[in-house]
This record gives sequence, structure tokens and C-alpha cells, in this order.
Amino acid sequence: MSDGTTNDGGHSLRWLRRMVTLPYLWLLLFFLAPFLIILKISFADPIVAQPPFTALLEWGEQGFTGLKTTFENYAFLFQDGYYGIIYLASLKMAGIGTLLCLMLGYPMAYFIVRQPPRRRQILLLAVILPFWISFLLRVYAWIGLLNNRGLINNFLISIGVIDHPLTMLYNDFAVYLGIVYSYLPFMIMPLYANLERLDLDLLDAAADLGARRWQAFVDVTVPLSVPGIIGGCLLVFIPAVGEFTIPALLGGADTLMIGRVLWDEFFINRDWPVASAVSVVLVLLLVAPILWFQRLQRREQEAAP
Amino acid sequence: MTDTTSTPLVQIREVTKRFGNVTAVDRVSLDFLRNELFAILGSSGCGKTTLLRLLAGFEQPTSGRILIDGVDATDVPPYDRPVNLMFQSYALFPHMTVAENVAYGLRKERVPAARIRERVAEMLAMVKLEPLAARKPDKLSGGEKQRVALARALVKRPKLLLLDEPLAALDKKLRQHTQFEIANLQYQLGTTFVVVTHDQGEAMTLASRIAVMADGRIAQVGTPGQVYEFPANRYVAGFVGNINLFEGRVTGVDGGRMSLRCEALGVELAVLSDEAIAPGSAACVAVRPEKITLSRQAPETKDRNLVKGTVWDLAYFGDQSLYRVRLKNGTELQVSAQNLRRSAKLTVEWDDEVYLSWEIASTILLLS
Repeated sequence: MSDGTTNDGGHSLRWLRRMVTLPYLWLLLFFLAPFLIILKISFADPIVAQPPFTALLEWGEQGFTGLKTTFENYAFLFQDGYYGIIYLASLKMAGIGTLLCLMLGYPMAYFIVRQPPRRRQILLLAVILPFWISFLLRVYAWIGLLNNRGLINNFLISIGVIDHPLTMLYNDFAVYLGIVYSYLPFMIMPLYANLERLDLDLLDAAADLGARRWQAFVDVTVPLSVPGIIGGCLLVFIPAVGEFTIPALLGGADTLMIGRVLWDEFFINRDWPVASAVSVVLVLLLVAPILWFQRLQRREQEAAP
Repeated sequence: MTDTTSTPLVQIREVTKRFGNVTAVDRVSLDFLRNELFAILGSSGCGKTTLLRLLAGFEQPTSGRILIDGVDATDVPPYDRPVNLMFQSYALFPHMTVAENVAYGLRKERVPAARIRERVAEMLAMVKLEPLAARKPDKLSGGEKQRVALARALVKRPKLLLLDEPLAALDKKLRQHTQFEIANLQYQLGTTFVVVTHDQGEAMTLASRIAVMADGRIAQVGTPGQVYEFPANRYVAGFVGNINLFEGRVTGVDGGRMSLRCEALGVELAVLSDEAIAPGSAACVAVRPEKITLSRQAPETKDRNLVKGTVWDLAYFGDQSLYRVRLKNGTELQVSAQNLRRSAKLTVEWDDEVYLSWEIASTILLLS
């Protein structure tokens, strides 16, 4: 995460731009193009056919006759309160999950940064290590742990802490746990990168000027780590809003998340246009915080005359 | 001005600081007087920065005490000490404006807001930064940052201001200007300033007294003149200014006058000294380059030491010239001479045979 204070020379900037082109091409091909297809489908009517939606361009005998678009899918989304509730529920779950990640991740990142270099490497490796196992498997593993007859319940019963198994699976708790577990590294990494660059002289300076340790933390460390906080939160929040696997595997029937609705619309109702509209609205919802973050960063850069 | 009559403001008593088995500061005792501009001079790794951090309270001494204004401050945390530090990196808070940076110390003291505004304006005026009050540090030049750091460290009116290499990050021209500014501020405020530096020129011009540090210890404390002209030992003699140093052996002692045989020079040198030293013992003789007179004719030798050599190299600086003279046996001496006469041609040139002579009184005897 850039805090906007560094000002690299023109040369390295040009080099950087060239390097950045490649990922942009990638994104263009595998993100923007599919998104445009989805956008197109969201303006179509569902039909029982292969593919299950009407074409965007109408072709007559004389060739192209016009665009066939409908806003009915979007109208449907807004008229049916169901979708609104689910969007809000998804935002809420992702929001709480992100907050939990922040509350756990900040102290962890802070702790890791304060370790001697060797131990720091090991701890960082430990943070990334779960990525060596497939995400799906790891979420599945939680079923084995949280089950009524899972490891945790069996253990607690065997040592006599509880008589009846605790219900820890197929509810919101399990989903939060899944989100925190899966996305914590995405919170820690940007925070670590940010906190690592914190000039420790600044904390000494604060102490020298009369700040106690916690005051120096509040006055100096926290404000200077805001870019890291925002970066980490976006990295967690954005994928968590559209998360499908975790609520599908760990959530209960009443765990409403937009990812599951999307799945249902696509594969059960086979209403691709409505499903596409749902995703388009989701993307628009998520673009808002990203734009806000970018504006914040730009303003920070321009703050001083 | 320096007040030598009352008790010292800071008394460092037998302070030792160890990190693992490295002794960074070794039994240092040092006093800072009221209203003085003191310099701690030493090369990197000599322990001067550790001593500074001990004074600021960032480190606790392994043993020894530090008294500030008569009160034992050894265990007082940095935020409660009447001491402020100007960091070498300046350590300005990048997310705060110049004014907020300067105000920070007062805000932590819970000074009323109106009073803070007043004090900050006063400090900014003092360092001539009022027009930049609303800027963030990354929009300041090096010299401006330095002045913000100075204002921020002085705003709480500390009894002791520590300055860690205050001029190191500035370019040469600004450095000279800032040197005067710092000395001027110290004079105006009457606060005790302690400057830590590796630059002997900086220490000499700024400070009224200097402590030379080496290997965690104080090698010498004195005025710039004392340290330069009367170095206590070989280390100080070599560290402060240029010097010609030769090992010798005492051959005769006659009252306050002593003669030493110097193999490197191939002559017997005379030195003034009250040291009780037995003939036959080893000692070191030193002479500063500017104390040596070069001449092509044999000079007067009364009360002067004399050697003969050939000019091997010379550097012309306009106001002065620096000569390197080689003796027959290969020993080299540095001589600097003021170019007092206006002439495009130097009186002494390359490969000239020259006499080097200096007053006996200018000869330094070093026993350690």
C-alpha cells in the first residue's frame, strides 16, 4: 500500500508502468471481457433455450435491426425486497468479518513487525502457509472440527466441560469463523507491509515530547497505518461480500449471502439474466468503496500545497 | 553565557550501558553546566548515540546514575524528563502539519489550546517558519525540516536540549548558516544544548566545551582550544584536527624541559613538560601542521626543533598551502602554511629541500 509520500524518479516509474501493463492485459482479458458479457446478459430476457437468454443484437433480413434491451431484471431486483435484504445481509456479514479480521490482524501484524528479522520471516511464513492447501479443503476441514460430533465437541465432552455438543456449524458463527480464518492473511499482509516501514524514531520522538506508549500508538502508529488498514479491509471485504464457498459449506439455511443467491439463480432457477443483474449490482456496490479509497489517497497526496 | 559557579545542570555519574556483552558506554562521568553548548565528539560506534539515548531516557543505564538539575532522573521515562531531543532524522510526524508537529509536545502536556497557539506561533517565528505552518513535512526542504525539528524540541522549554548530528543532513553552505543559528538560539534561550557529532569542525565551532569519546569512554573533556592544543592522549590528538605523531624515547629531563630521541625523525626533540617521567621511558611526540615553519634557508634554532626534508607533495588552497615533506629516512610530515604574500609563485615548491622547524612550546608530549 502506498502512503503517497515517496516520490520515485521518472526512470523507475517508466519501468514500473511497463511492468504493470502485463497484468492490465490479463485483467482486460479475464475480468473486463467476462464482465461485459455478464452486463450484456443482464439486459436480456430469460428464455428456455441454449443459451437461456435472448440476444442483445437483433438481426433481420436486412441485417442489423436494433438493440434489444430490457431493464426488467433490474426492476425486478429493486421491486423484490428479497434481494435488497440479501445485499444488506452480505454487506453486514462481510463488514463484521472484516472488522474481526482487523481486530485480530492488526495486533498480529504489529507483533510480527516487532520481532527480530529471523523470527519475523518464520512468522510471516506461518501466516501464508495455509495457502499451500486448497481453500475448499480448508473450509471443509472446519466441518470436521465444528461438527456436533467433531473434534472440538468430542474433546470438550471428553474432558467434561459440556454434556451436549455445542452447535457451532451451519450458522452465522461458522460463517464468521470461516471468513476470519480464510481472509486473515489478506488483512495481515498489507498491515505488515505498512507497519514495517514505520520509522521507529517517530515513536521515540513522541515519547520524547511527552507521549506515553499508548499515546504514541494512537497519535503516530495508527494514523500512519491507515493506508494499510484500508488496504487490508478492502482485500478482505470485497471477496467476502461475494463469498460463496464459506456460507455454502459452513452456513445454515438462514445464512443469506449474495453468493448463494447468485448460485441459485444461475443453476437452480436458470434465470441467467436476473443472475447477471445481481452480479452487476454487486460489482457496482463494491466499486464504490474502492473509488472512495482512491479518492482518499489522492486527497492525502494533495493535502499539502 | 556559561555559568560555571553553580552546580552542573546534568551530572552523569559512572554510567555504564551494556548490550549483551558489548559495552557501549563504559563508566562515563560527565557534567553539563547551565547555559552551555556542549559537544560530544566521537567516531561512529564510540557510544555517543547511546549516551544521548540514555540522557533522553530511551535507554536505562546498566549501572550509574544521571542527575538532572540535582534530581536523580536515571529511571524517569522519556515522557517525564525535562529533556528534549532533536533527532538526526528529524523524525517529524509526516501526517501532521508543521504547526501540529510543533504543538504536539504541548498537547501532551495538556496546555490550553489558546496557549498552545501562542507558543507555537512564537516558536515558528523564532525559527522563521511562520509562512510554512500549514505545510506537511514532505513539502519542506532539508533546512526547513531541521528548523521544524528544532522548534518542536524547544517548544516545551526543556532544561536540556539534545541535538543528534544536527547538521549532518544539510549541505555545506546551509550547515555554516545553521551552525550560527543554533549557537544563537542557545544564547537567546539560555538552555543547555548538548550536540552529538562525529564532525570535529562542527564540535569546535559550536561548542564551548567538548567531550571526546572513544570506545565508550570519555577520552578528554575541555574547551575546543584545550582539546586541540593540549590533547590528553594519542586518540584525541589524532581525532581532532591534523597532526604529526612520532614515537620516541626520553633521553633527558631537565626541569620543565625534556629531550626525546625520535627514530622516525632521526633527531633529538625538545619538549616542555612537567610530567614526572624517567629517562628511557617511551613517549609520543606530536606537532600540528600549522605550527611548523618551512624555509629553504636554515632557520634560527634557539628553542626550536628542526628537521630537514624534501617537498614531496603540495596542495594549494589559495589562503593556505598544505605540504607533505619527506625526510631522508622516508618519514612524512604534514605542514600547512598561510600564503601571506600575494604572489602567483610559491616560495616553496615541489622537490625543494626544506628545513622544518617549530617551537619547543608547540611540541606536544603524549604519554598515553
